[in-house]
Amino acid sequence: MKIGIPKEIHPGEKRVATTPEAAEQIIKLGFSVLLESGAGINANISDEAYKEVGVEIVDNAKTLWKSADIVMKVRAPEQHPVLAVDEIDLLPEGGRLISFIWPAQNEELMQKLAAKKATVLAMDSVPRMSRAQKLDALSSMANIAGYRAVIEAAQHFGRFFTGQITAAGKIPPAKVLVIGAGVAGLAAIGTAKSMGAIVRAFDTRPEVKEQIESMDAEFLMLDFQEEGSGTGGYAKTMSKEFIEAEMALFARQAMEVDIIITTALIPGKPAPKLITEGMVKSMKPGSIIVDLAAEQGGNCALTEKDQVVVKHDVTIIGYSNLPSRLANQSSQLYATNLRHLLTELCPEKNGTINVNMDDEVIRGTTVIKEGKITWPPPPPKLSAAPAPQTEAPAYVSVQEQKKSFIPDSVKQFIPLVIAGLALFGIGSVAPASFMTHFTVFVLACFIGYQVIWNVSASLHTPLMSVTNAISGIIVIGALVQVSSPTLNISILAGLAILIASINIAGGFLVTRRMLEMFRK
Amino acid sequence: MSHSLVTMSYIVATILFIFSLSGLSNQETARKGNYYGMLGMAIAIIATALSASVTSYAILIVALLIGGAIGARAALKVEMTQMPELVAIMHSLVGMAAVLVGYANFMDSSTNLIGVEKTIHEVEIYIGILIGAVTFSGSVIAFCKLSERISGKPMLLPGRHWLNLCLLIAAIVLGWMFLQQTETGGGSIPLLIMTGIALVFGIHMVMAIGGADMPVVVSMLNSYSGWAAAATGFMLSNDLLIVTGALVGSSGAILSYIMCRAMNRNFISVIAGGFGTGSGGEAAVIEGEVTPISADETAQLLLDAKSIMIIPGYGMAVAQAQHTVNEITKLLRDKGKKVGFGIHPVAGRMPGHMNVLLAEAKVPYDIVYEMDEINEDWDHVDVSIVIGANDIVNPSALDDPNSPIAGMPVLECWKGETTIVLKRSMASGYAGVGNPLFVLENTRMLFGDANATMQAVLKALKG
Repeated sequence: MKIGIPKEIHPGEKRVATTPEAAEQIIKLGFSVLLESGAGINANISDEAYKEVGVEIVDNAKTLWKSADIVMKVRAPEQHPVLAVDEIDLLPEGGRLISFIWPAQNEELMQKLAAKKATVLAMDSVPRMSRAQKLDALSSMANIAGYRAVIEAAQHFGRFFTGQITAAGKIPPAKVLVIGAGVAGLAAIGTAKSMGAIVRAFDTRPEVKEQIESMDAEFLMLDFQEEGSGTGGYAKTMSKEFIEAEMALFARQAMEVDIIITTALIPGKPAPKLITEGMVKSMKPGSIIVDLAAEQGGNCALTEKDQVVVKHDVTIIGYSNLPSRLANQSSQLYATNLRHLLTELCPEKNGTINVNMDDEVIRGTTVIKEGKITWPPPPPKLSAAPAPQTEAPAYVSVQEQKKSFIPDSVKQFIPLVIAGLALFGIGSVAPASFMTHFTVFVLACFIGYQVIWNVSASLHTPLMSVTNAISGIIVIGALVQVSSPTLNISILAGLAILIASINIAGGFLVTRRMLEMFRK
Repeated sequence: MSHSLVTMSYIVATILFIFSLSGLSNQETARKGNYYGMLGMAIAIIATALSASVTSYAILIVALLIGGAIGARAALKVEMTQMPELVAIMHSLVGMAAVLVGYANFMDSSTNLIGVEKTIHEVEIYIGILIGAVTFSGSVIAFCKLSERISGKPMLLPGRHWLNLCLLIAAIVLGWMFLQQTETGGGSIPLLIMTGIALVFGIHMVMAIGGADMPVVVSMLNSYSGWAAAATGFMLSNDLLIVTGALVGSSGAILSYIMCRAMNRNFISVIAGGFGTGSGGEAAVIEGEVTPISADETAQLLLDAKSIMIIPGYGMAVAQAQHTVNEITKLLRDKGKKVGFGIHPVAGRMPGHMNVLLAEAKVPYDIVYEMDEINEDWDHVDVSIVIGANDIVNPSALDDPNSPIAGMPVLECWKGETTIVLKRSMASGYAGVGNPLFVLENTRMLFGDANATMQAVLKALKG
């Protein structure tokens, strides 16, 4: 099958749906790849680079759309500015399209594509499962967006991120608030942190607290109990009371921080308005807001999509194309996501795709199958969060019950009582000569215990071999018997001396050999 | 030599032995400790040989020389990887010696004790031989298991606890019969039968213990050999033997206890044997795909990493890869990377096994860390390399209550960025437990003989 890669036509879109590296792999799967001339130019990839790996360069978009069996794009189809036709019209009847679609926001587009009897796979609808992570373009793009958001903020921010004390005065570190700790939020936290800023983060999902803290940022706690996790690891809309508490928190923070990066999105809904005009006003002059939700309407009331505006002395950055601003990098990642999707679609590596609706990943990604709208998919069975364990606690409680037959406080005295009784029993019958030996024995046991207790683990083996050599002291027992007049006893004792001395010599020498090897 | 002089020599020897053991518990003083031990032993032997009770020297000197020569030869020849076997077989020698001394003492008719003293003396002989025989046969089995002459799997006879109980009762009954013999030298038949029973008991006990618990067994047998010496001391009314035996016995017991604690195991249940067979439910079945990696990619990962942790296991010992590992370590350290070794307390087949191997390869011991020192820091580790270890890096010990190794502390290497596992094939570890680590997303498997693959990595690092 032929895969066509047209040049992106959306204003400011610099990404391209495949790179030479990815194309090479796709060709290995048995496909042939066509590319519209100049498609990679904005991502700093020349036509020649594609040609080298065996990609066929097509001069104009019309031919490309016509001859390709599968079209792979970044942006959803739209009106072509040069050809003055809609890209959907370029798609042949029954064609196949893989790109971002946003089916929830683009109903009209979905209807048009369905009318074309097309098969459409939406990269924004990849289900959130472990297996699908390698084709999760939202995550790979969000990562880039998060990074770039901090860079954009730094660009407009009039100060350092890191704090310094210099001869020319003290520079306070920038304070950054990240709202929404998804992939983009975490990437922003990491980037801001590595630039030296003080980073705080907020999210409605309590389970991300650990992730935020693992990035060394401060998690802002909300004094309010409500579970904010929706299905598939995304956030859901919260109750009114929760939002009020949240807004109060943001209002306090707005006065303090220098930079706010918002990434709050709820799937299939307009972005929640979190930063009001009042909060913007309360921010220090020169502060920055980067609104990563600009595409979905923005988290800040004053955001203007794709614009940088200064309002109330606060710079509000509403770029919706942040990944495109790192075009080469994001093309690479997106191309790899697409390649992984093709690998899933073409398990036999024979160059034809099979849209297998029994496969959960492909089912979720496919939004239109041969003209039939299949979006939204049934909810995924596997959630990214681990299922609550029910068995383990039961097991523990059984163990605890077993223990409680005898109270611990009594239990710890039992061995002592038994030992005491045993000693008393021995003392009542044993003769004095035995008792002196016994005293020595008991004391020696305690010395052994004291001496060994703090041994360092690395010396366990030498210690064992030296104690082994020392236990060869049994040779003394044999020595005192070897001079017995009875021949049998002499022979037994002689044998005992023989083997005990193997032990002594062997034990000490091997210990020495081992210890010689330990060095600093 | 007068009796008092001999006693004084014994006191000196005892003190030297205590110094020896306390010296051995610290890296800096360890070598000195070993020399103290040698000196103590020499003083003890010479003092005894010169004492009044020794009159004929022919057998004594010949036996000492032959034994010493054999021991020295074995000590110099042994491979460091065979240390566990050597230690085990030497324990059996102590046990054997205790049995021989016990019999010799039993046949000796010169002691004329009566009443309670006689009874106590006979009990001492009986117990000395019992412990000696158990130590002997148990150590021989441990030796065979460690050198893989017999399978490391626990051999569990039906009703083994009852069998042990029967053996114990038989030993007590025979002991009672033994004490009923009035004339000196009588009762040899119960004594012989008891020796047989003790041998069977030793074999059965160690056979039932699984391979993963072998380090505990080795140190436990070490403890037994001490008790055997102490019992002999009681039998001969010799304080030096009692003290030294008690020192060795209690230190061995403590060592076993430390090991058990490291594995989160109950000491009694390890000795009772059959580890990993009695858990309540089925252990979770591990499913998933492993991600293989090549030596070149491994080298690349290492070059990109800043902090590297190496986790050696028994597989490194088998493949003799420690020298190659050391060369890789040196190379990486020269490139400015932080390289450490994480040692699990029960890695290998006996306590401290890995430390000895790494020391042999001249890995500086200040970059070798214990589990507790590093288990908090995995977040900062970029790449960890697991060389031939399995159970000690098994996450199911922490999160699967039905796993046979549940509750055992493990090196939590999966918390690091990437884990590379070197393995011969996808077989399970010595404890026979599957390992979900291998199918984790940040785990890469490097298949092949540990030494050969490490050589390939070294070459790739140089190239």
